[in-house]
Amino acid sequence: MATAINTSTTDLVTRFPNFVTLDARTGYTGFIVKKENLVEVATAVRDEFGFDLLTAATAVDYIAENKMEMVYHAYKTTGGAGLIFKVQVERVDPIELPSLINIWPGVDFQEREAWDLYGIKFTGHPDLRRILMWEGFEGHPLRKDWKEPFFEEETKPFKSRWPDGQHTFAENKNPFRDNLNFPKDFDPEKYVVTGEDDLYMSLDRDSRKDEAGNMKTDHIVVNMGPHHPSTHGVLRVAVQLDGETIIGLKPVMGYLHRNHDKIGERNTYLQIIPYTDRLDYFNSMSNNFGYVTTVEKLMKIPVAERAEYIRVIMAELTRVQNHLIFIGMLMNDLGAMYTPSLYAFEERELILDIFEAISGARMMCNYFRFGGVVRDIPDDVLQKLKDLVFERLPAKTDEMERFLNENEVLVARLKGIHVLNADDAIKYSVTGPVLRAAGVPYDLRRADPYSIYDRFDFDVAVRHNGDMMDNYLIRFDEIRQSLRILEQALKQIPGGPINSQKPAYQVRVPAGEAYGRVESPKGELGFYIISNGKPNPYRYHVRPASFVNLTAVESMCIGSKIADFVALLAMLDIVMGELDR
Amino acid sequence: MGIENKLANMGVVTTTLESAVNWGRTNAMWPMLFGLACCAIEMMSAQSSSYDMSRFGMELMRASPRQSDLMIVAGRVSKKMGPVLRRLYDQMPEPKWVIAMGDCASCGGVFNNYAIYQGVDEVVPVDVYVAGCPPRPEALIHGVMTIHEKVKGETFKQYAEKYK
Ligand code: SF4
Repeated sequence: MATAINTSTTDLVTRFPNFVTLDARTGYTGFIVKKENLVEVATAVRDEFGFDLLTAATAVDYIAENKMEMVYHAYKTTGGAGLIFKVQVERVDPIELPSLINIWPGVDFQEREAWDLYGIKFTGHPDLRRILMWEGFEGHPLRKDWKEPFFEEETKPFKSRWPDGQHTFAENKNPFRDNLNFPKDFDPEKYVVTGEDDLYMSLDRDSRKDEAGNMKTDHIVVNMGPHHPSTHGVLRVAVQLDGETIIGLKPVMGYLHRNHDKIGERNTYLQIIPYTDRLDYFNSMSNNFGYVTTVEKLMKIPVAERAEYIRVIMAELTRVQNHLIFIGMLMNDLGAMYTPSLYAFEERELILDIFEAISGARMMCNYFRFGGVVRDIPDDVLQKLKDLVFERLPAKTDEMERFLNENEVLVARLKGIHVLNADDAIKYSVTGPVLRAAGVPYDLRRADPYSIYDRFDFDVAVRHNGDMMDNYLIRFDEIRQSLRILEQALKQIPGGPINSQKPAYQVRVPAGEAYGRVESPKGELGFYIISNGKPNPYRYHVRPASFVNLTAVESMCIGSKIADFVALLAMLDIVMGELDR
Repeated sequence: MGIENKLANMGVVTTTLESAVNWGRTNAMWPMLFGLACCAIEMMSAQSSSYDMSRFGMELMRASPRQSDLMIVAGRVSKKMGPVLRRLYDQMPEPKWVIAMGDCASCGGVFNNYAIYQGVDEVVPVDVYVAGCPPRPEALIHGVMTIHEKVKGETFKQYAEKYK
């Protein structure tokens, strides 16, 4: 499977016998690196072993062993299994680790996240500020000993609030002050919020002289968002402008943060599925897919044959729908207000009708279960689906292309405006259509096949210029490929049961760790789950595509005009539910 | 009821003006383009061709709070977003109304933890709550129509007291 290490080709232990050991805990894989040699080993992993794409970097709090662990997942853009290496530190503040930002700049946000939620200081990180919580927030919420003000219990299901036929408020049982910590000598009257200053200091603020060395132009900082029609949600971006040119840019996020990871650690395995719907709310099916495949990997259970096909059908429908919306929204951002997106929404509604018919909900489908799916597709829906896939969607995709692609304004706005080249995209751990539009044919459905994608005949859509036009056109290519997969899947779908397991409220997950990833329409969606055999995961981490892709936004936009920024941001196809988690 | 009854014998002007004003307010109610989370997508669906809110004269979304009189809080409100939301609300000109769309905005929904307001009514006063996760577009349209009903019943006296 995906995370299994082929020790014969990538044996870090033989390469570094003195400071790398095999992770020998049961159910775990990968290598444990000594903290002092992390940078050296990481450099070798990238340069000697060729793992150029660092996808996930996250922390785990082993409070019982008094250890904090940082887990890195590195992959090759040519495909194949990954390499997991970990570094452990004593859980004594200040917890410090060397930053890997010089080796893989894509860890930027992920390290900031680990600092924010776990309090790990990364030495050498140039801009280590809080990322999801706000500056001034007390504590690091994902630590196992951090408790929120209204802490009820460690894990769900919570004890009844009707213990003797009488309703009690959780707030009364857990008074607000009990878990509330203020810093020493905290005086709310005198408290000044400093986060904003830090943000602006992180932009380069000094005025520049012109070439002759006399005239100074003042730079202005423009804040876009968190309420801005073009940031696709509640993203805020502080841009520093020299005239109309962007010379500095910092995204600020967390306006939709609800600590999905912590909610997950509190829930049982089954209870998490509906929460994954709400990650990337355009693509609840892909999110379900990623999560259940990861847990299935841990549980080592097979998936029912018919369910595999249903899963693929749903995931590809989601992709079609997502890309249609992408195109519609891009047009909105370019100023073609609403007419093109109405066309996109029309098709989307038809797909949502299918989702509703099989799962009962338009958007939050909650449809996948461990070992299969929850309901079968009725025959009439299957027929409707066939009509949609064989007749309507191909025709409508052609129609949209015919309407839009040659449009003069669109071509003028998109053609030749650089988004990312291949090297930068890999450097910043960008995945998904943006990476493929830069000429890297890296698609998990081919590079590291999961589910039954190896049975289908399709091409990895790839374009080579890396400009906005390519980024836009590749969405159409991907829709076409998805339709190809759908056609095959609909023809081949077998009968039979839809779940290999008996329906159960509680699943037994053996201890161990697993990293599962799927190609969501926005890029690589990864789930890192650690089980300790209990009904709730010990660590549950989502590696969202939008969040990591956004790392590249700064280098993407610097030098371009502010008017193009909106379109450049649209190219990344971010969605805040997934970005902020 | 209110002032209408008391003023009834003084002529029809007041009532007419009141209902004329209310008629104007309901039929050109501009919501603010303010999407927070998943519910915002259903809000967009509600405006798109299949559901078409514009049939009821409520599709004109304004990106600026200064041009809008209805805030549809579509999604969960985090503690970090709360101050921003309040500021946007304060920037809207009077009279203004708020719809809490979805379970999250109404009561915190499934996100019962420290990072999310357990209902946007902790931040701004809410007129109509629309249930659902996410509410169907029809439910949102119903919510807006409910607010129209509410506005139609409002009187100048109520306004005077509210904005004293
Ligand atoms: S109510 Fe449901 S759909 Fe709406 S924002 Fe909350 S989680 Fe998303």
